[in-house]
Amino acid sequence: MENKLTRNLYKIPYLLWILLFVIVPIALVLYYSFFNIEGDFTFTNYRKFFTPVYLQMTLSSFWYAFLITAISLIIAYPTALLLTKTKHKQLWLLLIIVPSWINLLLKAYAFLGIFGTYGIANSFLKIIGIGQQQILFTDFSFVFVSVYIFIPFMILPIFNSLNELNPTLIDAANDLGASKWTTFRRVIFPLTIDGVKSGCQVTFIPALSLFMLTRLIAGNRVITLGTAIEQHFLVTQDWGMGSTIAVFLIIIMVLIMLMTNTKKRGV
Amino acid sequence: MENNTIIQFKHVTKQFDNDPPVLDDVSFEIERGKFYTLLGPSGCGKTTILRLIAGFTEPSKGEIFFNGKKINDLPANKRQVNTVFQDYALFPHLNVFENVAFGLRIKKLKNAEIHAKVKEALSFVNLSGYENREIREMSGGQRQRVAIARAIVNEPEVILLDEPLSALDLKLRTEMQYELRELQRRLGITFIFVTHDQEEALAMSDEIFVINKGTIQQSGTPTDIYDEPINRFVADFIGESNIVSGKMIKDYLVEFVGREFECVDGGFDANEPVEIVIRPEDLEITSLERGKLQVRVDSQLFRGVHYEICGIDKDGNEWLVHSTKKAKVGDEIGLYFDPEAIHVMRLGETEEEFDRRIEIYADVDRHGK
Repeated sequence: MENKLTRNLYKIPYLLWILLFVIVPIALVLYYSFFNIEGDFTFTNYRKFFTPVYLQMTLSSFWYAFLITAISLIIAYPTALLLTKTKHKQLWLLLIIVPSWINLLLKAYAFLGIFGTYGIANSFLKIIGIGQQQILFTDFSFVFVSVYIFIPFMILPIFNSLNELNPTLIDAANDLGASKWTTFRRVIFPLTIDGVKSGCQVTFIPALSLFMLTRLIAGNRVITLGTAIEQHFLVTQDWGMGSTIAVFLIIIMVLIMLMTNTKKRGV
Repeated sequence: MENNTIIQFKHVTKQFDNDPPVLDDVSFEIERGKFYTLLGPSGCGKTTILRLIAGFTEPSKGEIFFNGKKINDLPANKRQVNTVFQDYALFPHLNVFENVAFGLRIKKLKNAEIHAKVKEALSFVNLSGYENREIREMSGGQRQRVAIARAIVNEPEVILLDEPLSALDLKLRTEMQYELRELQRRLGITFIFVTHDQEEALAMSDEIFVINKGTIQQSGTPTDIYDEPINRFVADFIGESNIVSGKMIKDYLVEFVGREFECVDGGFDANEPVEIVIRPEDLEITSLERGKLQVRVDSQLFRGVHYEICGIDKDGNEWLVHSTKKAKVGDEIGLYFDPEAIHVMRLGETEEEFDRRIEIYADVDRHGK
């Protein structure tokens, strides 16, 4: 009897958390999405979302998130593979993880300096004879900085799954005649796909709603769903439309999570 | 003779950094179609030998030949050997069929051919009908068989088995010993089997290499090694033994525990210090008067097949006896043994010296009688 009571006591912080920070906010977002700027109940926000302006925004959000995730993956996988083969792998991993502890805003400002007209990047381009270029406020700088920010989150799950991989399996593949590439393709990659999936998840979903970088680094040339939400809440004060976009973002995130759901395998 | 040799090690040393060598100047030959066992305690270097043959690691010094060709630098995926790993190393993301087919798919065989070969290999290990099972649905013994099928399906010239039975329970292990031996005879491929279990080695092998501290202590047939261990390590490691120090008065007469005994060994110097081995099953419990040794029973264990009796003589030497007869703890009993039961070991003798001595005194024996 008392056991049951204490067990229920333990649940209280968890339930409170879920209620205050998950259920209530989502309910509020859903509630606001049904009101227009004058405060009347309406479905127009949802109708507006399916107009070309917002659909294109959604498409472009997806495109950038995809680009960021793909490039992060291409860089992160070989890096993680290399890391697992080093002697002090935990130390090297830590060095890669450390920048992710620094505030996002600080890193963004640092890049403003680096990519600016008189920044290091341009000085370098001048020296090698290419000459000054507009780097800041381009698609390139946006994707570059986003990739830089997301890479630790992509490396970590991949590193973990590679680290858990039984090394005898690689010997076994080798023993059965597989070259290094075949071993990677048929054994290492399929067995670390769970790590790749969760890495993509933690990169793609936040990348979909990035807004700070779009303003600071991309100079509002890139408008994603995240930017749109921010603008509706802070600039146009159209909370209803902002909430509607948020509702769609939540739906998309849930769908992505369901799609990349990782099945646990035995053995 | 020459073309019967499939693998040859010439003065192979394997050393990591500045640690003492894992393998120290090892030379041996492996003949085609036989069942070999590398036997030794853990860390003795037996698995290193296997990894050198498989190509997972390279020798620091020396040469390895396969079918007369030097293969020191040949990568593992180009070698005509397949390995059955200790933890089986089956691919968890593939089912039984795809696990077995893995090597064939890499060789890019036609689908029909792959199906036929996998089917045959699975029937060889009594796993027909399990093609579509996932690995996690298989028991330990079944996984073991899948691992074996995955190796034999490639029709290698040599199969390497790295303690493949160690994870199985006793009954299954004994069963698999028979099956492996039978499989090797049917296929006619060379098996190189690594184990630390001396019973397993004695039961299965044509030839055993006893390894300790990176060197081969003795090689030979199971009976050779059991009956004529060349040193204390081999005698102790293979089976149980009573080892006491003694003195060789002259050929066929040895002194230990203060008494002289007739024996069948020769080729020693007069009064040479030696070590004596008597196997526990060669000691027979008898009356005090009939016994060649008199001991007081210190402890007794029932082992199922026999009693394991530990007796202590008046000098404090322990004598282990395996007997179907019971004794009583605390009793004084006599122990009887035949002259043939005494095996005399020269101190610090190498295998070659041992073989030479045996040949010489066997000759003397033949001429003398």
